Amino acid sequence: MRRQIPLAITFIGGVVMIIQYFIPHQISQEIYRGVLDWQMIVGGFVLVLGIGSLVTHHTEKVKRQKEGWGYSLVALLGLVMMAIAGLFFGGMASDKPFMQIFIYAQNPIQATMFSLLAFFIASAAYRAFRARSFIATLLLLAAIIVMIGRVPIGAKIWSPIRVISNWLLDYPNMVAKRAIGLGVGLGMLSTALKIILGIERSYLGGGK
Amino acid sequence: MDTRFWTKEKCKWRRKVLPLTAFIILLALWGTIRAQSPVDTLPPSPPTEVTAFDTPNDAGKNITINWKLSTDDGAGRNIVKGYDILRSESQEGKFEVVGSVVAGISTFQDDKVKNRRNYFYKVRAKDHTSSDSPTVGPVQASGQWYHKGKTVVLIFVVIFTALVIYFVESAKKGKKLYVRPIPGMDAVDEAVGRATEMGRPILYILGLSTISDVATIASLTILGRVAKKVAEFQSKLLVPCYNPIVMTVAQEVVKNAYLDAGRPDSYDESNIWFLSSSQFAYAAGVNGIMLREKTATNFYLGMFYAESLILAETGNIAGSIQIAGTDAVTQLPFFITSCDYTLIGEEFYAASAYLSREPKLLGSIKAQDWGKAGLIALIILGGFFASFHFDTFINLFTVGH
Repeated sequence: MRRQIPLAITFIGGVVMIIQYFIPHQISQEIYRGVLDWQMIVGGFVLVLGIGSLVTHHTEKVKRQKEGWGYSLVALLGLVMMAIAGLFFGGMASDKPFMQIFIYAQNPIQATMFSLLAFFIASAAYRAFRARSFIATLLLLAAIIVMIGRVPIGAKIWSPIRVISNWLLDYPNMVAKRAIGLGVGLGMLSTALKIILGIERSYLGGGK
Repeated sequence: MDTRFWTKEKCKWRRKVLPLTAFIILLALWGTIRAQSPVDTLPPSPPTEVTAFDTPNDAGKNITINWKLSTDDGAGRNIVKGYDILRSESQEGKFEVVGSVVAGISTFQDDKVKNRRNYFYKVRAKDHTSSDSPTVGPVQASGQWYHKGKTVVLIFVVIFTALVIYFVESAKKGKKLYVRPIPGMDAVDEAVGRATEMGRPILYILGLSTISDVATIASLTILGRVAKKVAEFQSKLLVPCYNPIVMTVAQEVVKNAYLDAGRPDSYDESNIWFLSSSQFAYAAGVNGIMLREKTATNFYLGMFYAESLILAETGNIAGSIQIAGTDAVTQLPFFITSCDYTLIGEEFYAASAYLSREPKLLGSIKAQDWGKAGLIALIILGGFFASFHFDTFINLFTVGH
């Protein structure tokens, strides 16, 4: 029973949602909206579990003074500070502490993290574009053409480069992207069917 | 007192004022002449061939009205400014304007109607005056029980489901199925073994999507297989989660995997925890874990966005073995560059079956291959027919909305 009930729920839920996709009737749309609403409700409750998990994990690290416990302490203090700011100091109005911390502390920190991407792209590109084989050389040439073709100075240096760059993006690149996309579509359908039909049940445990 | 009209000082401002006064007088004169000229008082010709019908393939409460443009719209006297759509519940009743469109438009959807009720419509061409089309109706709105525009999708789903069931049944009967090697999945044993030898943990990232994303579900099925191997090798598995629902499911998956491996005592729920649902806070947190815990192996399987390279490059710098897999086409180049193995698109969805080596799961991969073969054949045929402008074939595959 421990496995049969979840499998039955998955099967019924999956089949209902597949059928729903082909029925435009209002009743079908209401079922769909209902499922989305329930998903949000469940999500709301599970957020409590998420916060519980976060607090337990970091409290444990601080208590046992594991490596990097200081960061855990900062995480916990941040959580408490934001909760107090939101609950007792004017809610989420833009001129109140909660949003002020969000705008002037969290946003710049996130932007800083995002900017690291530029450096990582440089180091990754250096590795990727080393012309150690014929294919790597092709990749390097294509990358140079596309990069130069996308910047205004490219056309000034050699005007056909923009056309070649667009051709590389619109044809060989697009073909590869669509081929991967088709494979992904079939893979998604296959995975969904395996789960709905109970063929894939590793998520329940007990698989070989 | 100087009474001359054109003194030097007077000239200065009169030169400015006189032309302006002349211009205003001329403008007023032109307006008067135009106002007295005969106005076109004839109404525009009315719209014709008006049809009103229940909007197909919808949830109901919607009627579509089409008409042929007035002959004075874009042609003839070209005076039509727009059209009003009028509705009544009886043929002789009072018609009310329910919507308007500009000139040149010949369709309107009335979404303020009730189902199973008679409605009559007229379309009015507007200028200074107006002229109405004949009344059409009665027409009723209703919701449909089948979306005819999605028939091609239904046919494809039925064929693909039949293929999956056929190959799964064939595999169950013992038919040998060849699946080409996937290096990334072949490396899982090596990666887990290396972590055990080094005494370092394994990091598993489920991506940054929700549980409703198939990529996340596929990643969870792979997590089950990987967790079982980790449990057998008695290594440590860390799963920081981006989404609390995914975290809850991941805890269950790993717990069951440890149970299957006969090591329920080794399972530690605190190793699967909620990190953050803020994209770059999550990336920062995972980077910190990689560098502090010195993870031997990193798995990135699921849906990823801009943080993919930040994670994979940090893992690369830390010297971990890295196995990635995603269906996010834009992130694949980053993983290919920074990871040792990358599962591209469909390989990612085949990974769970590949790891399990269960015949019935491998059967579904075979169905995927046949599905792909069918699509390739259709693409070749489509290319051929499109080259000869035989659009009927291409239109067969148009999905309606």
